[in-house]
Amino acid sequence: MEQFLQQVLNGIAWGSIYALIALGYTMVYGVLKLINFAHGEIYMVGAMAGYYTAHALGFATEPSLTGLFSVLLLSMAACALLGAAIERVAYRPLRSAPRLASLITAIGISLLLQNGGQLLFGADPKFFPALVTSRVALRAGTVAVSNIQLIVLGTAVVLMVGLELVVMRTRFGRAMRAVSVDAPAAALMGVPVDRVISGTFMLGSALAAAAGILVGLSNPKIDPLMGLMPGLKAFVAAVLGGIGSIPGAMVGGLLLGVVETLVSAYLSSTYRDAIAFVILIAILLYRPTGLFGAAQVEKV
Amino acid sequence: MFAAWLSGCGPGGDQKEAGTPGAAVAIPVGHVASLTGDTATFGQSTDRGMRMAFEQINALGGVLGRPLDLLSEDDRSITEEARTAAQKLLQRDQVVALLGEIASSRSLAAAPEAQRARVPMISPGSTNPRVTEVGDYVFRACFIDPFQGTVMARFATEELGVKKVAILFDFKQDYSVGLADFFRKTFTSLGGEIVADERYTSGDIEFRAQLTTIRAAKPEAIFVPGYYTELGLIAKQARELGIDVPLLGGDGWDSEKTLEIGGSAVEGYYFSTHYAADSDSPKVQDFVRRYKEKYGATPDAMAALGYDTAGILADALRRAGDTEGAKLRDAIAATQNYEGVTGRISIDPARNARKDAVVLKIEGGKFRFYRSVPAS
Repeated sequence: MEQFLQQVLNGIAWGSIYALIALGYTMVYGVLKLINFAHGEIYMVGAMAGYYTAHALGFATEPSLTGLFSVLLLSMAACALLGAAIERVAYRPLRSAPRLASLITAIGISLLLQNGGQLLFGADPKFFPALVTSRVALRAGTVAVSNIQLIVLGTAVVLMVGLELVVMRTRFGRAMRAVSVDAPAAALMGVPVDRVISGTFMLGSALAAAAGILVGLSNPKIDPLMGLMPGLKAFVAAVLGGIGSIPGAMVGGLLLGVVETLVSAYLSSTYRDAIAFVILIAILLYRPTGLFGAAQVEKV
Repeated sequence: MFAAWLSGCGPGGDQKEAGTPGAAVAIPVGHVASLTGDTATFGQSTDRGMRMAFEQINALGGVLGRPLDLLSEDDRSITEEARTAAQKLLQRDQVVALLGEIASSRSLAAAPEAQRARVPMISPGSTNPRVTEVGDYVFRACFIDPFQGTVMARFATEELGVKKVAILFDFKQDYSVGLADFFRKTFTSLGGEIVADERYTSGDIEFRAQLTTIRAAKPEAIFVPGYYTELGLIAKQARELGIDVPLLGGDGWDSEKTLEIGGSAVEGYYFSTHYAADSDSPKVQDFVRRYKEKYGATPDAMAALGYDTAGILADALRRAGDTEGAKLRDAIAATQNYEGVTGRISIDPARNARKDAVVLKIEGGKFRFYRSVPAS
């Protein structure tokens, strides 16, 4: 039982990373009906930006919480700008084109960032500096939670609550929801659609960057191709929760993390990557709207 | 089509012109190496070791009156790329011998190309037995996993006195699978018990699920025969889960990166490898000093193996008196008691090197010589 509890805790910490990435997918889908396949790469750039800022600001050698949060905020800001730039250059010009066109540009941007990343950062894996010295923070019987797992989980929860507040309680959030329901009507009501879409990309990208920093903290190996698998998994998480639904992405991410961990623990780690895609197929077959998605009547 | 062309030229390949004798045209030697990617330090180290050896040989007039030229081809630590790299070196550069790889999976990908072209290949550090079984042109300058697995199983039983061990191996690497197999066999035959047998895949970064299962089995030591990148992450996550039994491993740990990634988490762990940089042998000390002068770093086992591999090739070229494939092959096969920095090397009939192993302990952020284990 204690072992099971430990595995679930491991899974939740791991899943919170997926959840943060999944939020970006789901928000962009919500407002644009676009699967932004470059999103996994933004997570990679977030981790890389964190690596370089930590070294440049000298936090790499002196572990401290201040260091961690400065690196986190700077990297989130950098990726927010990157997200807005990608939207401006790659998606906005195609907004009135068929949806398939933007999907293909998204794949193009993803490949550009992967290979550009190899050119810029080098193909070698880098090791994220230990911004916090790891230790066992909580222990009950044999169940141990490290301070890093607590930080990962805590930061993820704060960011998700923050996002929920932005979306539900601010003018920007209301505008975002309006664009998501009906963009042309929102535009007629005076909602600045372009700015809202830009803002959505910035928000999603900042969350992906946070996921990159948190993974660097708990699993400190980063490389230019690191975004590929988590990007796909987070997409599965978003579909599992119901694409377009913010609470759905959170729950989907956490659920996927727990399922993967339990599969590694009780079946075999060789099935771990397969299980996410089995879930994807099952969801698409039996409940295409996901756990939280509402079925929509197609207007003709 | 590429392969058909290659196999077509295979049997006739030995008619290749050996270069004009007398003219100081460099002898091209190929090196398939992981210069970037997950095990980048392996390829970089062997490359440095080989370059240093060739420079010394060339400074003394080269071999057969010609200098040796090392042509390195990066495989980015990817199995399929090792084959492509070998093809490039064999066809484009017409190398007389192929050196490399360290990782057994990649040597297994490159070796059939060398065999088909009838160009001798020497792997500096692939320890999986199947590598030299590819054909009679494939050699290695190191011991093999049955020996290395036995060394660590005996070490766990006799030196550490443990009875219950867990294994966590990389299911995608022939090296790791082989080493885990031989360890399992020897350890159980010595009366020990494998209490957990878990696996991971190269490139994984999350190991907490497997480690939690291992923790529940209460082992007295954990055998992790993988490569250094994953090992560093495994060590950290094991400590975070409160696992404080020692981790044991093989030569895949032998990289400065183990210390960089693992930090204090790898303290007190043991692994078997090919040589100890802090050995008091004058030959090793001389090598370490010159390597440090040239590259500003302590040579790891892969650098030492690269150096010896280059030395064995030069020695065989001299004895063969020719760069032709079959003659060179026979000369490498006849290598006896070559004095290398990784010990005295003899090539046995199965084309493996017979030599001693050492066990290193990680202490105070350094690899320290712990004990040496003679070749049976």
